[in-house]
Amino acid sequence: MSVGIVSYGAYVPKYRIKIDEIARVWGDDAEILKSGLMVYEKSVPAVDEDAATIAVEAARSAISRSCIDAQRIGAVYTGSESHPYAVKPTSTIVAEAVGATPVLTAADFEFACKAGTAAVQACMGLVSSKMVDLGLAIGSDVAQGAPGDALEYTAAAGGVAYLIGNKESELVAVIEDTYSFTTDTPDFWRREGMPYPEHGGRFTGEPGYFKHVTNAAKGLMEKMDTKPADYDFAVFHQPNGKFPTRAASMLGFSKEQIKPGLVVPRLGNTYSGSCMMGIAATLDQAKPGDRIFATAFGSGAGGDAFSIRVTDRIDEIRDKAAKVEELLADPVYIDYSKYARHKGKIKVA
Amino acid sequence: MIIMSVPRFWRKQVARYNLVGTHCKKCDEYFYPPRNMCPACRREGEIEDYKFSGKGEVVTYTVIHTAAEGFENQTPYVLGIIKLEEGPSLTSQIISEPETVKIGMKVKPVFRKLGQDGEQGMIYYGTKFIPDKC
Repeated sequence: MSVGIVSYGAYVPKYRIKIDEIARVWGDDAEILKSGLMVYEKSVPAVDEDAATIAVEAARSAISRSCIDAQRIGAVYTGSESHPYAVKPTSTIVAEAVGATPVLTAADFEFACKAGTAAVQACMGLVSSKMVDLGLAIGSDVAQGAPGDALEYTAAAGGVAYLIGNKESELVAVIEDTYSFTTDTPDFWRREGMPYPEHGGRFTGEPGYFKHVTNAAKGLMEKMDTKPADYDFAVFHQPNGKFPTRAASMLGFSKEQIKPGLVVPRLGNTYSGSCMMGIAATLDQAKPGDRIFATAFGSGAGGDAFSIRVTDRIDEIRDKAAKVEELLADPVYIDYSKYARHKGKIKVA
Repeated sequence: MIIMSVPRFWRKQVARYNLVGTHCKKCDEYFYPPRNMCPACRREGEIEDYKFSGKGEVVTYTVIHTAAEGFENQTPYVLGIIKLEEGPSLTSQIISEPETVKIGMKVKPVFRKLGQDGEQGMIYYGTKFIPDKC
């Protein structure tokens, strides 16, 4: 029995702030930052958008793209590190807003930037065992970076939803296999009640990102007996442009393979939505038969690798919802003062 | 700050999330917010739930510069009356720069935060409208 993606939907708020503008406020060198991070602007949520509203918009896009009856959804899992409530699920809000309630299971996931792909894996298990007909896995974040912190240059907002199913005729992409590599690595965290995360600076690189991404990716290719040349496209978690480019090179993937999914230069890091957004952008361009290799990374730390094969059905549903490129087009640029207001960094009352 | 009891919001939650109203099969009239009884057909009416497409147009609007408590962070914002394709009108925030909003402008629904009960209370979600460029 095949398991895979029945539909997908993405959402990106329309506001952007340029790296130059953030650097201007903090007196940093924008050119050094842009060339170092390979990020030029990032998305900013509206004042009335949060991880729940973004998750709902992405989920509605996924459901309308494939004209699926939402009552078939038996599980809703939302991955985020910016759930609006500390206690009270985001996933019940999503389930109600897409019309999937009441016969379903729901829960919120948290694993830094890979909570969304952990939700995909849980849904794969549920549909494989036929416990549910369709699972809705979402990665959504309004990522926080403390004012003046390095994270502020990349922490962005966006979300992606995947409908996971097991009926061969419905799949736009078969998930051929998945493999995870997880250790207890304190490279990034946010304590209860704290507004902004802390991180280990350069420690987030080698022992965090690169160790887990490369081990998850190599593990999956060994398990499946595949190599980078067997794939048409590749997507790696994109906290900035430099990390996924270097990870691809270390593993033997080319710049051409990662190009369609490398959305971070114009979007920033959408955390739980990051790798999933890259996969969505790749599905927007892929042809039937193409194979996509993807590896998500979450600090804390772990990597989830996926081998995906696109089916003929992609051409039937691709144009029925907004593509990632369309969501990135025509942004509204704001300055740092408006950005501070949108992100709640200014308390009015 | 929205001061509304949690059960009061929750009772109409589905209507706010998904623009679910009602329709009288007898006289073909649509209602939003939902009515349990058709005011024209009275006991002869046949009321059913109806999910609106959400597409509509701006009947009129105003720009709020001096906001109520809890909405200060959003000024200036646009509050308008939207006439849905099926007929009913409702009051909603229109998410767009004030100078871009016009009477007769086509709009479509989006899912947004309507407000919150301070820093500790409930967050209220529901439908607002944005310009429909299609």
